[in-house]
Formats: sequence, structure tokens, C-alpha cells
Amino acid sequence: MIKFTIEDHDGNRQEVEAPDDMGLSLMEILKASEYPVLATCGGMALCATCHVEVFDGQDGLGDATDAELDQLENLPEYFPTSRLACQIRISDMLEGAVFKLRGEDN
Amino acid sequence: MITTDICIIGAGPVGLFAVFEAGLLKMRCHLIDYLPQVGGQLSEIYPQKPIYDIPGYPEVKAQELVDNLMDQIKPFKPTFTLGERVDHLAKQEDGSFIITTNDKTQVHAQVIVIAGGLGVFEPRKPALENLEAFEGKGVTYMVKNPETFRDKNVVLAGGGDSALDWTIYLAKIAKRVTLVHRNETFRGAPDSAAKVFDLASNGKIDLILSANLKEISGNGKLETVTLETKNKEELNLEADYLIPLFGLSPKLGPIADWGLNIDKSAIEVDTRDYSTGVDRIYAIGDINTYPGKLKLILCGFHEAAIMMHSAFKYVYPDQKLSFKYTTVNGVNAF
Repeated sequence: MIKFTIEDHDGNRQEVEAPDDMGLSLMEILKASEYPVLATCGGMALCATCHVEVFDGQDGLGDATDAELDQLENLPEYFPTSRLACQIRISDMLEGAVFKLRGEDN
Repeated sequence: MITTDICIIGAGPVGLFAVFEAGLLKMRCHLIDYLPQVGGQLSEIYPQKPIYDIPGYPEVKAQELVDNLMDQIKPFKPTFTLGERVDHLAKQEDGSFIITTNDKTQVHAQVIVIAGGLGVFEPRKPALENLEAFEGKGVTYMVKNPETFRDKNVVLAGGGDSALDWTIYLAKIAKRVTLVHRNETFRGAPDSAAKVFDLASNGKIDLILSANLKEISGNGKLETVTLETKNKEELNLEADYLIPLFGLSPKLGPIADWGLNIDKSAIEVDTRDYSTGVDRIYAIGDINTYPGKLKLILCGFHEAAIMMHSAFKYVYPDQKLSFKYTTVNGVNAF
């Protein structure tokens, strides 16, 4: 298990624990933790409703694919460390990372 | 007016298979889809991707599955309205419905089945105060008729292919075109990006990089677009039109206003028959939600079978439904 921190839309931070050996994505953990992430497309990097800004721990994320970059490029709101949570695999590299929710929440 | 027993909204794999289940019970179907072809996401987004969890197929390409479904439902002669979005639903006195699309096609049906998958893909909107107040009054999310922009001041925002393509196209028509992009580079097609840089250096367009939309204003119609640059400076542009091009995002669309119970963009259903809270309206496939829901094609198929058996009572109120196997009865074409 690893621990990282999620900041919600209102700025509240909470530590989340997740298994790092099950091939889960950050989006799946966010949904399982009842965060308001729509994940309409189910993890295919199509809807960007799981948009997060990475505050800390960027080195552990791996490179974004073209599909993910295309989505991010198109978003009206975008930050230098924006990523799609559905494209981030949970691994021990994410220990201590901090993510802020940026996707649409309704 | 098109008349049918069942109107299915969404012609993806689940909507298509629902035609088969309806057909076995002698119910006719008409399908409506916003996409110009059948197959939903499978045809539109990943036609060549293999799917591994369709029972009986160790591996099947998405488009192949759609083609097979079309073959499977052929005996039941479904009819289609493609490239149109369902906009309006009117309940009739006898309990049936009339559905109207954005192109004014009307369908009269006893039962509505929403098999809308992700929903309809709608333009993503920038977070600007009073944006909606200027929609249709200068703010538009697509270029339907380029002539609208002749001799006008047009501001486009975005960095994708459509932002580049429309900038190049409108440069020839509009009085002045300004493209606003938040980065220094474009990920779109390199050819188009090069053309846009060329147009800018020749003074044919204004290209404003590393800037974001900040504000829009005007008296009754759009007059000014305010940008914020990297250095937090504000820049006012005179504008008759603003075209934000930030891609498409799946939304429920007008269905959201039909009085159904919606939870996180999905329609809540009763798992006994996948009925919604509204009589004679069902929801199956990725668009519904219930405890334990899995967004899988095979689950949608299961939901279609159960749902059609429940809908039978509305189409044939005087008949008793008897459950039959295709191995016993075969498939009796219409």
C-alpha cells in the first residue's frame, strides 16, 4: 500500500491509501474514495473529467501518451502539471504525491 | 411521422442488440443516434481495437462486432435516424410518446429505451463569467456557415486541429482573425501550425500565444474579449465573434431534462427491468447506473433482454408473454 494526498475542489486535503500492486489507475482510486470524479469515458482518455493538477510527485508519473496530451491540450483550463488521473498507474513511485482535482464535478 | 413500437436512443452495441431482443417478442424498433453511423463508441472511437470480453468471441474487433450485430438484427428490419440528436419528448394521452430531434424528425413510440452510452459529445466551454449570456450573441462553439463571419472581427481560442483549421479558413473571409492559445506551440497537425505562423508573420492574422480568455463583455451582443497574458497583463480585443474551440466532451444532453433520476451523469434504474422512474422509459448500457453496475457491453446485452420482456406489456397490453428459446422457436423475421 502507498499513501498520497488529494486536494478537492474546495481546497480540502486528505490522505488516501491505495494498493500499488493491482494495476489500478488514480482515477479508479478517486472514484472508489467517493471523490466527485465523473470518469464518463471509463478510462480511455476521452472525456478529461478526471483532470488533476500534480502538486508534488511528478517524477513518478511516467510520460503522458499522445491521446492524453491531445485531451489536455484541448481543455479550457490547464496547468503546467495537468494530467488525466485515468492515465496514471498507481505504483510505489507515487508515495507522498499530491494531486488537486480539476475536472468537471457535475 | 415515424411510427414504431420501441424507439431506441443510441445505436451503439447495446441499442443494436436490444432490437434483436425486441424482435423475438415481435416488437419493432426505430433507432436514433447523433453520430452519422451506427456502432456508437465502437465505430467512432476504436473501430480497430480488439475486444476480449464478448462471450463466445476470444477476440473481436470493435467494428466487426458492430457489423455482426447489424447482421443479427436484420430479420427484424430496424429503421434508423442518424446524425440527429433527440431533443424533445412529449407524452401522449394514451401513455405513448412523440420524440422530436434537432432536425425536427418525429417518432411516435409506445416505449422509449435510452441506450445512449457516454451521451452526446458537446463542445467544452471555457470558464468565463456570463459566457452563456453571449451564446448566440457573438459566442459560438462551431462554424456552421462561414459566411456569418464575413468582414467581422473574429477571435478564436484553442490549440487543437479545429482551432488551426478554422483560423486558416476564416483568415480569408473575416475582417480580422485573432487566434488565442495558452501555449507557445501547437500539438495540432504540423502543416496547419506552420501555416498559422506564416499568416501571423505576414500580418494576415493576429496570433496571441501564452494567453488565456479572461472576460467577455458587450451591450446586448459581444463587443470585447479580454485576455490575460503570461505576465498577467490584460489585453482587450474588439470582437464581433468569439469561437472557443476546446474539443468535445460527453454529456447527457437534453435527456437530462426529462425528469429522470440522474446520478453523476448516469440514469438510475430499477434492476428488475432497467426501468427509469418514468413509466415506459427504460435505460440500458453505459448510460444507466445501479448498485453493482459494470460498464460492460455484455452487461448491456443482459439488460436489453430483461428490459424488452418488461416493455412487452406496453406494446401488447392484451397478450400474455411467454418466454421462448431461439433454439426452440428460431428467429422469425418480420
